[in-house]
Amino acid sequence: MKIQVDSDKCEGHNRCYSIAPDLFDVDDYGYATAAGDGVVPEGMEEKAQLAVDNCPEYAITISEG
Amino acid sequence: MAGSDAPVDGVTVPLTPPVEDWTTDYDILDAEYITDPYPIWADLRGDCPVAQTDRWGGSFLPTRYEDVVELARLVPVFSSHDPLVVRPPDDQQVIGSSGYHTVNAPPISADPPVRTWSRRLILPAFAPRAVEAHETYTRALAGRLVDGFIADGRVDGAQQYAQQIPPRVIAHLLGVDEGRADEFTDWVRGVLEIGLSNPAVRVASRDKILNFFAGEVADRRANPKDDLISELMEAEIDGEPVSDQHIIGTCNLMLVAGIDTTWSSIGSALWHLATHEDDRRRLAADLTLLPTAVEELLRAYSRVTMARVVSEETEFKGCPTHVGDKVLLNFPAANRDPDIFENPDVVDIDRQRNRHVAFGVGIHRRAGSNLARMEMIVALEVFLSRIPEFTLEDPSAVTWAGGQVRGPRRLPLAF
Ligand code: SF4
Repeated sequence: MKIQVDSDKCEGHNRCYSIAPDLFDVDDYGYATAAGDGVVPEGMEEKAQLAVDNCPEYAITISEG
Repeated sequence: MAGSDAPVDGVTVPLTPPVEDWTTDYDILDAEYITDPYPIWADLRGDCPVAQTDRWGGSFLPTRYEDVVELARLVPVFSSHDPLVVRPPDDQQVIGSSGYHTVNAPPISADPPVRTWSRRLILPAFAPRAVEAHETYTRALAGRLVDGFIADGRVDGAQQYAQQIPPRVIAHLLGVDEGRADEFTDWVRGVLEIGLSNPAVRVASRDKILNFFAGEVADRRANPKDDLISELMEAEIDGEPVSDQHIIGTCNLMLVAGIDTTWSSIGSALWHLATHEDDRRRLAADLTLLPTAVEELLRAYSRVTMARVVSEETEFKGCPTHVGDKVLLNFPAANRDPDIFENPDVVDIDRQRNRHVAFGVGIHRRAGSNLARMEMIVALEVFLSRIPEFTLEDPSAVTWAGGQVRGPRRLPLAF
């Protein structure tokens, strides 16, 4: 499972980061990107899905692989 | 139905005729709308998802999540140059001594492209890491406040606690005198609360804020300091310094946006916990539940309604709108929409899927949201760990303010 943040959509709400600080990096302006290569470590899938479901901008997507 | 003649926290709102029909004649300063808007929104959502009124200068009021979110993204056709939810009658349009006719509070009052750079100017101060740096200060402040009243067995949770935190945190962040926190609070209420129905108070209060920050900026021109205002003054946009007027406006925004709103959220959360024993006991027993609970409290008791101004003839959801019309960004109603939230009127502190828009959405997402969240979590943590058992001392003594920012203004608690 892999997560991706669409930087055109992200407005820096940081809901993702507060739900799953291990899965996201936040820059100095508060905009988020997927941490590392975006691969979700085993056991963190549910957190990743929660981040998707709480992002008010629909900026996060999950892909398999 | 009651008119708006009820005194709100000692300030009598001018008498307006009672509302007969909420779809064509709503009144956002109506006493009933302020204390219990939820049934009104539920009716409107079914009957007429975009209500209309001529009151307070006229506006449109969407109540569905999808419509509110769509509206928030329709910039600049729906402009942000005057985000207040009311418009004073024309003959009362006064230019104050600071010379500003409309709202000078970029980036909130700006459309792209000014919005874009002015927002980048302030975002770093509110990014998660920067906010973490203020947590220790906030925790100590909350602790001192509790020390001050814990022996009394009672407290006004709004005035003696919630209201005391945000002005000091903002003063601390900006680098201005925290000792003037009560004055800051008065000024901000003068703009956002009392000033809504009283333009003279609004203009006078805005002048006080702008003149105060003009003084602070002038001081720093002479003696630069190591604080946020000095940092903003040193910033460059495309190689150009930022004008003093812009910095003063931005400080105005941080003060106005950071005080009433966060104070209202903390107050509403305390009101909820005072009236919902199970939630209170669970949170007091396990403070790690707070981050999720706080998102739910933000959703259910969303406090801010903003406004956009129509900048070209268009229509919104089938309603023809004209240049100058105001359309309200009714985030609180969006967050109670049953199409998006299961059992929206039930406050479920474990709610996991919670795409609420309490801080807005789109390019005007509230820059201070991380700060507000941190203040709420810390304020509740400190209160609950020192005073786990509390109730409303007298439910009839609780008062609410609303219109632009909704929250309790008197909240007597007993413990
Ligand atoms: S929750 Fe969405 S908008 Fe907010 S920082 Fe994360 S990706 Fe960006």
